Amino acid sequence: MSGAVRPRNRARRILAEAGSAFLALVLLIWSLLPIYNMFLIALDPEEGEVEFTGNLWTPEPSLQSFVEVVTQDARYLETFWQQFGNSLIIGIATTLLTLAIGSLASFAVSHLRLARGRLLTNTALLSYAVPASFLIVPYYRIAHAYGLADNLWGVIATQVTFATPFAILILQLYGRLIPAQLDDAARVDGASPVQIYLRVYLPVMIPALAVVALYALLLAWNDYLFQSVLLLPRNGTMAMVQGNLFADTDAEWNAMMAAGIIYVLPPIVLLLALRRHVAASLAMVSAGV
Amino acid sequence: MSTEQLLAVPSPLPARGARSPRRGNLRRADVIWGLAFVAPYAAVFLAFIVYPFGYALWLAREPSLYSELIADPLYLPVLLNTLLFVGIGVNVKMFLALLLSGFFLRRRWWIRALLAVFVVPWLIAAPQVGISFHWMLIGELGLIDRLLSELFGIDGPLWLNDRALAVGANIVAYVWKWMPFWTVIFLAARMTIPRDIYDAASIDGATGVRRFVHVTFPLMANLYLVCTLLSTLWTLGDFTTVWLISMGAPAGHSHVLATLGYRYAFDTARPSLGVAAVMSVLPILIPMAIVLMRRFHVSEVRV
Repeated sequence: MSGAVRPRNRARRILAEAGSAFLALVLLIWSLLPIYNMFLIALDPEEGEVEFTGNLWTPEPSLQSFVEVVTQDARYLETFWQQFGNSLIIGIATTLLTLAIGSLASFAVSHLRLARGRLLTNTALLSYAVPASFLIVPYYRIAHAYGLADNLWGVIATQVTFATPFAILILQLYGRLIPAQLDDAARVDGASPVQIYLRVYLPVMIPALAVVALYALLLAWNDYLFQSVLLLPRNGTMAMVQGNLFADTDAEWNAMMAAGIIYVLPPIVLLLALRRHVAASLAMVSAGV
Repeated sequence: MSTEQLLAVPSPLPARGARSPRRGNLRRADVIWGLAFVAPYAAVFLAFIVYPFGYALWLAREPSLYSELIADPLYLPVLLNTLLFVGIGVNVKMFLALLLSGFFLRRRWWIRALLAVFVVPWLIAAPQVGISFHWMLIGELGLIDRLLSELFGIDGPLWLNDRALAVGANIVAYVWKWMPFWTVIFLAARMTIPRDIYDAASIDGATGVRRFVHVTFPLMANLYLVCTLLSTLWTLGDFTTVWLISMGAPAGHSHVLATLGYRYAFDTARPSLGVAAVMSVLPILIPMAIVLMRRFHVSEVRV
């Protein structure tokens, strides 16, 4: 290699590094600006100090609004813990039911060989042919017909309906990588399908189940439409309270943003707890498509 | 050895086709167990997909509803908004996610730390994203216009008073929230591409853009297409972003079908018209779902 190439290479490398650093800076600002905005308003002690003067930072940041939220002292958040509890019930029930229903169906098809796996994944994909929100009117009527109006289980049912297809896609893709000999061996030992499901299938599928759990919780967490249509305000959730914010200029913005920041914590905790499984299984699953 | 030859080498990671041949005769007990295991999913599918869908078709059965839609001066602009929101939003998001997944692949501590920050928007629930963006764009008191005037001395526009800017704001917020999820998916896919393929490709002189076009992208093309189709279907149903950020302003001209349907059904008490509005795109939903089903099974090993 001639000597003339090397300085050019070095210059190119420095340029590439500078480019990376610039891209990193852009991504950092892009990712953090809306989050900064949330804190800007939440940390403002006096209602209206930042929002209505347009300061870029509040003169006296304070955690007062967070205290108001957890002591249920802010307007519209008088029942904060009940609202947060309702959101948690919907999130946790959606996650557990999605895990159970998705894994049972996936196990039956791929390990009991009930049908071709393709039938199950196609059914799952078909569920997404019509977006969930397009069916809100039928759901509203059906919730009344099934006696699920103003009932958290009505919302949970809709969330499970749209989380389970994704669960099946992930579990089927991941399950293809498990050698069938594994449960054939268990069967020779005389294990029943229930035992194979519990002792062989579920433990092996844990990384994929972690992805499913995170997806299901986030689906329920992101939902605003189904909660606000199917539930009444007295049985409200965090998403409903936040979404109704603009209906009333009397809302305490700083407390609302503080409540929003608290609401973000459960998905972050779940991701941190599951991150190793999520990274491992996403790699396997994406290689299968 | 050419790149094409290299690509013919099967990826060693997923041990596909490791399954024993399908047995012809199922044991009776297994069938009963199998049916019992599938029953909960079948019940959910019938009660909450098939039944509501049939109900929706029945509600939207009158042809007069569709002539009423066309006659509504809001319907065609909203159809165009939906096309822009989904078409631009999904494709920009997916393409950037694909490119960024290459950036995040690099093993540097600061890039890993950046990834941790980058995924946070995905974990912030849609209603919070909505109110934060709405408040950032509220006008001269919003953070964006304040920054524009402090840093550059520009008087920012009233973002949500202009149709194009309002639709654009919805798209930006949507990309902000959802790009990290797909970046993580593509990052995971890139991690499974064996290093030897890249090493061999670089011997052939394929680096940088050429490596991306001739090596990386062909390996990820099917995943990219499946993800884009799935995301398109999900995004068509995105209600929260538009409802909370532009709120349809100005005068309903930044609505998308999902929010317009809601408005017809719940604000003006015309449920059938609301269902007809969203069902009017059914002719494009069905072909998309069919392509999605086909592409999803492309890499499946036939047994």
